[in-house]
Amino acid sequence: MKSLLSYLLAGLVFAVSSWVVHAAELQVAAAADLKFAMDEIVEAFRKIYPDDKIDVIYGSSGKFHAQIQQGAPFDLYFSADIAFPRKLEQQGFSVGPTRSYAVGRIVLWSNVRDASQMTLADLADPAIRKIAIANPHHAPYGKRAEEALRSAGLWERLQAKLVQGENIAQTAQFVQTGNAEVGIIALSLALNPVLAAAGGYHLIDDKLHEPLEQGFIITKRAGNNPLASAFADFISSQESRAIMIRYGFALPDENAAQ
Amino acid sequence: MLTLISDDWAAVWLTLKLASTTTAILMVIGTPIAWWLARTRSGFKGLVGAVVALPLVLPPTVLGFYLLIALGPHGPVGQITQALGLGVLPFTFPGLVVASVFYSLPFVVQPLQQAFEAIGARPLEVAATLRASPWDAFFSVALPLARPGFITAAILGFAHTVGEFGVVLMIGGNIPGQTRVVSVQIYDHVEALEYAQAHLLAGGMLLFSFLALFALYTLNARPPKA
Repeated sequence: MKSLLSYLLAGLVFAVSSWVVHAAELQVAAAADLKFAMDEIVEAFRKIYPDDKIDVIYGSSGKFHAQIQQGAPFDLYFSADIAFPRKLEQQGFSVGPTRSYAVGRIVLWSNVRDASQMTLADLADPAIRKIAIANPHHAPYGKRAEEALRSAGLWERLQAKLVQGENIAQTAQFVQTGNAEVGIIALSLALNPVLAAAGGYHLIDDKLHEPLEQGFIITKRAGNNPLASAFADFISSQESRAIMIRYGFALPDENAAQ
Repeated sequence: MLTLISDDWAAVWLTLKLASTTTAILMVIGTPIAWWLARTRSGFKGLVGAVVALPLVLPPTVLGFYLLIALGPHGPVGQITQALGLGVLPFTFPGLVVASVFYSLPFVVQPLQQAFEAIGARPLEVAATLRASPWDAFFSVALPLARPGFITAAILGFAHTVGEFGVVLMIGGNIPGQTRVVSVQIYDHVEALEYAQAHLLAGGMLLFSFLALFALYTLNARPPKA
């Protein structure tokens, strides 16, 4: 009887201690263009907080926006378009202001021809039958792709060739599987080792489109989650900034960002 | 007054076109498969039955992924379609038809198979003694007797194709008038925070699906003739 009690007690102590050690959990919703950069940032962050549970869910910025409005359990929301978190901030879904964390770039990418030697005008080449872009209706990278093609005077001519990915990762996947010869994707994806090994890219002049300013918020539910603000601070650390730069993001100026 | 925009109507029309084409094809290829499954004593019956039923349990992403690879320019089917001068199927209406035929196959074959099994061998044996050829017996005896099965198969095949989303999202490419069906259009409205437009289409889908099933269950609930 006594031993049973001690077992129960030991179990209880174990349960409590594991609960105390596992005090913090973090769910991060991140735009698909962040996939590879954010994986590395989270890995670095985990080294500082090895006992905490950090999950990142990648998807489209618009979908996360709607889900957070409906009470989705995300503590931080990294959008590819700063307009989405700003909207949530105005509606009272955030703690503190929307912070700018990066400016994205779009590139031409292909694994069947040398995209580094291509320009936008080459897209009219009849040998290119399908061009993948992200959905210009709601995906930030798709909107910028449309703007760039319009500025280059190609939008109308290319209509019959365009296929739309639901988000920028699916857009890259349409090219990777050979179903489109060329795609307009995020530089951050073109720079990841798997895609970089498969093909080169051509950086699209950012004067042809509005800037892809990206922003994040801490959501209201994370108001008293210290890990959320720790992660938010970590994003502007030298370590994170170095990773973001490696993936081709331009960073907001540290002093001017505020 | 909120109304459907022209993009929405295009999606509705495309969805109906896809579902009708798919259902028509499925009735033609599903009938012999169901007939064979209902009558055979072959050891392959279990194998074929399992293959036909796969889309019932597979996530649409599995089907979508394999179709994207197989139908693409480097895939086996893609090589054939290109050699035939048909181009590649992903991002095209014919591509969606091919995907939908796979996806909705069990919804047509299974009701037909059950209907054929319910007839049993007896009426066909009688027809044979009256010197009806096997084809004659099939068309003048089996088909009329299996009529409720055909109605069920057509309604289910049509409704299930209308309700397709995951596969289309993976191989469609969201092209207006080609692959942008209603379910995808709803998804895009929601992503773009256009909830009012999404509500209209989603409500329409709910109503349509209910009416289809209501018709089905009402037809099937008729008491058997004495």
